[in-house]
Amino acid sequence: MTCTEFLALLDDLIDDSVTPETRAELQQHLRGCDHCEVTLSTTRKTIEIYRSHEIYDLPADLRERLHAAIMARCKKGC
Amino acid sequence: MATIQSIAGELEPHPDVALVERVRGGDVSAYDELVRKYDRQIFRIAQHITQNREDAEDVMQDAFLKAYEKLDQFQGNSKFYTWLVRIAVNESLMRLRKRRTGKMVSIDEDIETEEGSVPRDLADWAPDPEQNYGQAELAEILRKTIQGLPPGFRIVFVLRDVEGLSTEETAETLGLSIPAVKSRLLRARLQLRERLSRYFRRKKGAKK
Ligand SMILES: [Zn+2]
Repeated sequence: MTCTEFLALLDDLIDDSVTPETRAELQQHLRGCDHCEVTLSTTRKTIEIYRSHEIYDLPADLRERLHAAIMARCKKGC
Repeated sequence: MATIQSIAGELEPHPDVALVERVRGGDVSAYDELVRKYDRQIFRIAQHITQNREDAEDVMQDAFLKAYEKLDQFQGNSKFYTWLVRIAVNESLMRLRKRRTGKMVSIDEDIETEEGSVPRDLADWAPDPEQNYGQAELAEILRKTIQGLPPGFRIVFVLRDVEGLSTEETAETLGLSIPAVKSRLLRARLQLRERLSRYFRRKKGAKK
C-alpha cells in the first residue's frame, strides 16, 4: 500500500468503517511509515480538539433572552 | 444503512417524536423542551456558518420559529434534529449571502483547492498540545483556524465532526451527494490539521 492509498482511506479508518482486511493492510502500512502515522494521529487529535472545546459559547443570559423571544412568538401562534 | 436505521427507528421511536406530537396537539411547553434541547447546537452551527454573532442570534430565533410554523410539514422519516439543522443551515447561508453581496457563497459548488490534500507538515505534535495554551487563547486559535476554511468544507466538518451527524444526514441536510460530503470532510480535516500543526507541533529540543 502506498501513502496515497493510505490517505484515501484515512477517513474510513478514523470513522471506523473499514473491513477487518483493509484495517490490517492499513495497520501494516502504518508500521513502516512514520509520515502516515503522524498524519493519522494528528488528524484524530484535530477532530477531538474541535469536538471537546466549545468555541462559540451561548452565554446563559443571551440564551434566556432568545429563548423567551422564541416562546413568546410561538405562543402567539407566530 | 439508512434502511436499517429507519427500521430500528420504528421499533424504538426517538424521544423527540413524542414531543413533536405534543406540540402538534397544541402543547407549547413541549416546544419549549425541544428548543432547550437543541438551542446550543443551532447557535453554534449558525456561528460557524455566518461567523457573526448577531446573525447567529437571528438565525437561532428564525430557525426555531420557522420549524414551529412548519411542524406540520415535518415527516417522521428524518430526525427532528436533522430537520431543524437543515432549516438553520439555510437561514445561515441566507444571512451570509446578504452580508457578502457580490461574493459567491455556495456550498454545492466544489472548491478547487489542493491545500491539505497532501500533508506537508509532518512534524509530530506535542502530547496534549492544547495544554500549552490558556482556554481563551486556545479558543481563539481554533476559531481562527476553522474560519479560514472555505464555507463548503467548514459546514461539512462542523456537521459531521463537531455536531456528530452521520455522513448520510450531512448529505441530506446540505443537499450534497455522499461522495461529495466524504471528499469535503477529508479535505477539511486535513486542512485543519495542517493549519493547527503550526501551533501544536512538538517544539525542537522539547523533552518527549
Ligand atoms: Zn505512508
